[in-house]
Amino acid sequence: MIISVINTVLIVAAISGLLALLLVIADLLFANYGEMKITINGKKELVVKGGSSLLGLLNDNKIYLASACGGRGSCGFCKCKVNSGGGPLLPTEKPFLTPQEIEDNIRLSCQIKVKEDIFIEIPENIFNVQKYKAVVTEIKDLTYDIKELTLKLQEPASINFKAGQYVQLESPPYEKSRQSASRAYSISSSPDNQHFIQLIIRLVPAGICTTYIFDYLKSGDEINFTGPFGDFSIRDSQADMLFIAGGSGKAPIKSMVEYLYQHGSKRRMIYMFGARTRKDLYYTELFQDLEKKMVNFTYVPILSQPTEECEWKGKCGYVTPFFPEYIRDPQNTEAYLCGSPGMIAAVIKGLKSNGINEANIFYDSFA
Amino acid sequence: MEISPFVIFLAAIFTSNILLTNFLGMCSFLSVSREVESSLGLGMAVFFVMTFTTAINYIIYNLILVPLNIVYLQYIIFIIVIAAFVQLIEMLIERFSPVLYYTLGIFLPLITVNCAILGASLFMIIRQYNFLQSVLYGAGSGLGWLLAILALAGIRQRVRYNYVPTGLQGAGLSLIITGIMALGFIGFSGVVVIQ
Repeated sequence: MIISVINTVLIVAAISGLLALLLVIADLLFANYGEMKITINGKKELVVKGGSSLLGLLNDNKIYLASACGGRGSCGFCKCKVNSGGGPLLPTEKPFLTPQEIEDNIRLSCQIKVKEDIFIEIPENIFNVQKYKAVVTEIKDLTYDIKELTLKLQEPASINFKAGQYVQLESPPYEKSRQSASRAYSISSSPDNQHFIQLIIRLVPAGICTTYIFDYLKSGDEINFTGPFGDFSIRDSQADMLFIAGGSGKAPIKSMVEYLYQHGSKRRMIYMFGARTRKDLYYTELFQDLEKKMVNFTYVPILSQPTEECEWKGKCGYVTPFFPEYIRDPQNTEAYLCGSPGMIAAVIKGLKSNGINEANIFYDSFA
Repeated sequence: MEISPFVIFLAAIFTSNILLTNFLGMCSFLSVSREVESSLGLGMAVFFVMTFTTAINYIIYNLILVPLNIVYLQYIIFIIVIAAFVQLIEMLIERFSPVLYYTLGIFLPLITVNCAILGASLFMIIRQYNFLQSVLYGAGSGLGWLLAILALAGIRQRVRYNYVPTGLQGAGLSLIITGIMALGFIGFSGVVVIQ
């Protein structure tokens, strides 16, 4: 009995070992392509060992293209422009690309194997994405369900980002969640401040990451994040700016307004903030203060459900009916929106009916 | 009575089509049958691998497993052999024939786990085929699989531009088409049949 078990194990091991050996030898003989060069955006050059996927090679060199499936060609996130050296378009990529993208030489980097020198283009800001280690210096209550988190960067010690971008904060495994989770939060502090970032976080009931931040995270704790991500940022023009935010959507707008203030912008700015009741308003003094310091800036908080005890004397209802009052020249106005998908959809509709060009509406929607 | 290898070959393509009568290899059958071009590539890869793995597995089974009295290990050994063979072929094609690699090679990793390939090897043992019968059975099954996925891809390409009720879209309709196709293929069974 025992002998036959041992026999069996040995035979299986021998056969698999033999096949594995065969594969290893074949790998050495056939899959060795030598050194190849990846040229990125015509200036950065990487020397890599050929034969593996472009996505993997970029990752090895600390360039992180987005990827959710781990290179199996099923998410379609790892797109990049390949100018030459990527071989023909593969049937495995086709379903993820639009005809326009195919014409523009956009490819899925996880499907391309580097077998010759290759020339690619990726957005500059990808180089900027890094993993950061930070220490919590302050956690402040802004309202009953919104907190402001201040992080001091440790390693690397500074961050370069554009006002409006976001980071992915990582909550480690803790009592209520055995796995680490990462969630996106917009940076609310000004990009001029490179050693600290601030985040505005609203409690999501039973949310893994927010519960950790609200109930477990303390001042002095270490926390990791990656970033910066996103293309929600100030467009370079002299047009009027209309900021519209709801709930914790104040974060990117605050970063933008502070940045514009610090750089002495003369653009006309209106900031409409929609909240339910007076309890949901925050940073009111800060923005009223900015109103005094900047002639061109107007802060308009609007409550949708003011109660008796609010003693609210400001504007009531939703933001859309107030657009005609504040939009001076629709053709020359840019709108920056941040809020829930429902609110964004309603606001975009309202803006368009007020004559604002869709191309001038920028938004950051969170679920 | 010994069945002629040629009869087995024909039967494996039409009347005993491994996909349409045994429903093996459904996963890649459904997922890669959106376009004729890519389904042809996958079908060719299946045909190629099936032909060779039945031959290799037949030799290993009769020269190693039977003498050592460990035929119950056939499942494990067959799977390992198939996986290793597919890997090896992929490496060779990738290195020596880029053209072939782009049409056929990229599908090879997909079929390492295609159960039709393992199925063909197991059936040849159960049905006690000899070497020639086995190889032709493997080749026939591969061609049959190719034929079935090509037919489905052709139909799906046409269906794409027609109105499909919401509840039937995607896999639902594909499975119904496959079922009707299976009926059609069984129509050949008056000509020849193998078990």
